[in-house]
Amino acid sequence: MPDPFLIGEAVTCGYGDTNILHGCTISVEKGQIAVIVGPNGAGKSTAMKAAFGLLPLRGGAVRLGGQDISRLTPPDRVAAGMGFVPQTNNVFPSLTVRENLEMGAYLCPQNIEGRIEQLAQLFPILKECSRQSAGELSGGQRQQVAVARAMMTQPQVLMLDEPTAGVSPILVQELFAKIQEIAAAGIAVLIVEQNARQALSFAHKGFVLVQGKNRFTGTGQDLLDNPDVRQSFLGG
Amino acid sequence: MKSSRHPSPVDSNVVDTQAVDAKAETNRPPTSWPRPWWIAVAVALGLVVLSVVSRDGGGVNLLNALVRLTNFVVIPGISYGCQLALGALGVTLIYAVMRFSDFAHADTMAFGAMGVILVTRVLQGMGISAGPLPTALLALPFGILGAVTLALVFDRAVYRFYRRQRAAPVTFVIASIGAMFATNGLVRLIIGPGDQRFADGARFIVRVQAFKEMTGLSEGLALKTTQVITLVVAVIVVLGLFFFLNRTPLGKAMRAYADNEDLALLSGINPERVALWTWIIAATLATIAGTLYGLDKSFKPFTYFQLLLPIFASAIVGGIGKPLGAIVGGFVVAFSEIAFTYPYRTILGYLGFETDSLAQLLSTDYKFAVCFIILVVVLIWRPRGIFQGRVT
Repeated sequence: MPDPFLIGEAVTCGYGDTNILHGCTISVEKGQIAVIVGPNGAGKSTAMKAAFGLLPLRGGAVRLGGQDISRLTPPDRVAAGMGFVPQTNNVFPSLTVRENLEMGAYLCPQNIEGRIEQLAQLFPILKECSRQSAGELSGGQRQQVAVARAMMTQPQVLMLDEPTAGVSPILVQELFAKIQEIAAAGIAVLIVEQNARQALSFAHKGFVLVQGKNRFTGTGQDLLDNPDVRQSFLGG
Repeated sequence: MKSSRHPSPVDSNVVDTQAVDAKAETNRPPTSWPRPWWIAVAVALGLVVLSVVSRDGGGVNLLNALVRLTNFVVIPGISYGCQLALGALGVTLIYAVMRFSDFAHADTMAFGAMGVILVTRVLQGMGISAGPLPTALLALPFGILGAVTLALVFDRAVYRFYRRQRAAPVTFVIASIGAMFATNGLVRLIIGPGDQRFADGARFIVRVQAFKEMTGLSEGLALKTTQVITLVVAVIVVLGLFFFLNRTPLGKAMRAYADNEDLALLSGINPERVALWTWIIAATLATIAGTLYGLDKSFKPFTYFQLLLPIFASAIVGGIGKPLGAIVGGFVVAFSEIAFTYPYRTILGYLGFETDSLAQLLSTDYKFAVCFIILVVVLIWRPRGIFQGRVT
């Protein structure tokens, strides 16, 4: 069986003396959405950071399109086609929305206008507030700018660390719809999400992590239907 | 607003403070002066003017007072303010990008100015001059080159090491104090500790005598060439800097890096490149500021070392990390220093308040105290400065 497009295989890593992930595997295919869920402290965000090279691996490997990228620095991974939206501080607050997008295109500044135009169809706020500084936006608007900034790097894999944190419940559904549109365009999307039930309902693949290990893996629907998963992680 | 959930303890603390800053910034209501103050001040001024003008020869006396104030406070304040602003811009840029206060900055000014002086002497020896303008302007690029080289040597030899260690800001500050002593020693070794005058060309644009003859006033007004050059150069440099920061990809990348280091990395911005250009720009600003100060007054290594305090005061008063704040801060500090230490006796005399005392608020020896007082006042009542800079 060929490798998935992005795979973090048997990843072990952590901070200081303690390991947070113990041989944990996550993967995602092009055009699909994979969701990582699990209780607090399960290592969801750490798995993201490990996949993006923000933490050195102590075991395992990360491969993108069959290539081992375990030793690439985060900027090199951006160049290799990975986009990352951190959970907090994911915009440049004193830069305008437009400048935030330009920074996303810093590595390949060709056809910025066209790319912004395209993204603005998905996120109209990019045009409406283009001259406003990103720090003045509401939480939901800010998340849209953050996702758009990552999209400006023209990634093949988009990684989102809790994109709906701090976003009002009404807008969560909208944001998810937009993420699905992004995946439909052929991009691999990997999400860490607190709204587990909602996220699994549209996920092609779900990973339930507990204490840094894979507990359950399956399609989103499988996990939703699994009584153990529902009992332990989805509140019945 | 941002997520209210507590960030994991492993997130770098720099990032956390930024989130708090961003919140405070957006929630703070716009501040404005209470109106009655303005009215009271205007009425008081109007009464003074009326009482002066209504006496014999009052109009002329008022003009004399204004001319004297312009000559001894306003014009020197503007040129000193420009010099401080250029120095503070460098400090604030380094702080914004590299998160530490560069104690070596005033001595970088001295080093750059020293380069300019040495090249000026060579040019003068070769008989090259800039006509009515000081030869130093021709030598400026060489001085800038020297200061940039020095800054980059320190960056490669010292700061880069700590950057890779992700050292705490205080480590950088201590390292920069070392760089300060090293630079200071180097300057005194090369050019000596003495006073150097290197201004040539036309000394005045308006002379006291000519002004008196022209206006018939008993009070004279002098406008030195160096004062006008200071203003013109400062305006050009500041416009250039703002164009760079707001319009060019590299300038925007620098602002982005200053805003959110981690996200800049995720956008593919190379921190080493940002650091390199920050040093180049800061050293350029320092050389220009140092040269203008030296032209206007004179060059003495120890005087430059002492400029560190008013420059830090300017950067902090304006809001450290904010370029616009550095400029405003420079003028606030310059005018305060001069206004608090100027003897107002003659001016008061013109206004009809004869006095035997000098009517000087503080002796000029205390001009550093003025800086400290401004610093203390700002840090107590508006700790993030006029333009709400960042605090770590």
